[in-house]
Amino acid sequence: MARLTLLTYPDPRLKQVAEPVSQFDAQLQLLVADLEETMRASPGGVGIAATQVGHLQRVVIVDVSSKPKISHHGRLILINPEILDWEGFEIGREGCMSVPDYTGNVVRATHLQLVAQDEQGKEHKYTMEGYEARAVQHELDHLDGILFIDRLVSRRRDLFQRKSYKKTNSS
Amino acid sequence: MLPWFMVTLVGQDQAGIVAQVTNLLYQNGCHLGEASMLRLGGNFTIMMMVGGMDSTEVLMQILRPIAQKLHLHLHVDKIEGQLHQHQLPDVRVTVYGADRVGIVAQVTSALAAAGLNILDLESDVGGINEAPFYVMHIEGIATQGWSALETALQTILREQPDLEVQLAPIEMVVM
Ligand SMILES: [Zn+2]
Repeated sequence: MARLTLLTYPDPRLKQVAEPVSQFDAQLQLLVADLEETMRASPGGVGIAATQVGHLQRVVIVDVSSKPKISHHGRLILINPEILDWEGFEIGREGCMSVPDYTGNVVRATHLQLVAQDEQGKEHKYTMEGYEARAVQHELDHLDGILFIDRLVSRRRDLFQRKSYKKTNSS
Repeated sequence: MLPWFMVTLVGQDQAGIVAQVTNLLYQNGCHLGEASMLRLGGNFTIMMMVGGMDSTEVLMQILRPIAQKLHLHLHVDKIEGQLHQHQLPDVRVTVYGADRVGIVAQVTSALAAAGLNILDLESDVGGINEAPFYVMHIEGIATQGWSALETALQTILREQPDLEVQLAPIEMVVM
């Protein structure tokens, strides 16, 4: 296993569309292992796409289990992932290992249905929400050459409903 | 390394201010850092980091003619700041209600006492002339935790129950 070098914007490879994986072989297992090592070496990193290391294949890892009190699927290896359905939207702040020293607000679906293969090529369906769904959408975007800075919403006029803690004067 | 300057330009809004000012800076070999440029109450306001010059005087000389031409107040300060010093907000406070004197002062005093370090505050007055309302968005860092801010906002609401107050976490997802 090896920690891979993360590409950072403006590297043009981050804007390219990744190819589907067709061979579920030892090379793919190695890529997955290296990606995971690279992701875990980055502070706060909860996801990585193969595009971020310059490997233009549709491979993503997401693991938001370090975040307390949310629903999640643990360590997710998503090969050739496709969003089947989505619902709701929410604004949230994102950062990216490939876009250092910058964060911004992005609108994402709150609920997702997803189909993806695992590293053996077996197909799985997932239903996910919230933080995990946001992470998956961010990573899937990488596979299409889209960065969160392509999706920034205005800070000054953010009219989107977001889940929020609403104070009442009842107490 | 050459220092950064904070350049402030404020005046009656008109088309082309940004293009003319930034072109002039560019032609004189200056470069820009972080900036905020927006229209406030019919005025256009620019606050921007400008680099590439070695003294306030040189920068003033470059900008004075355009400021005079466009009737903008000009102010230039040498600053200590640098790029890449972003701080990440972890809470967002939204307050709105019928406009009245003191909303910002009262809310921000209570929040400051509860440990809120404000990184960004934007506010606006909407509604009709006879019944204006005030909206304020704050992003900041809760240095004494979430519950201190909750308590502070609760106290404000008890005193001014018609205000609408929301406290929301800003969750950063890094991927
Ligand atoms: Zn990313």
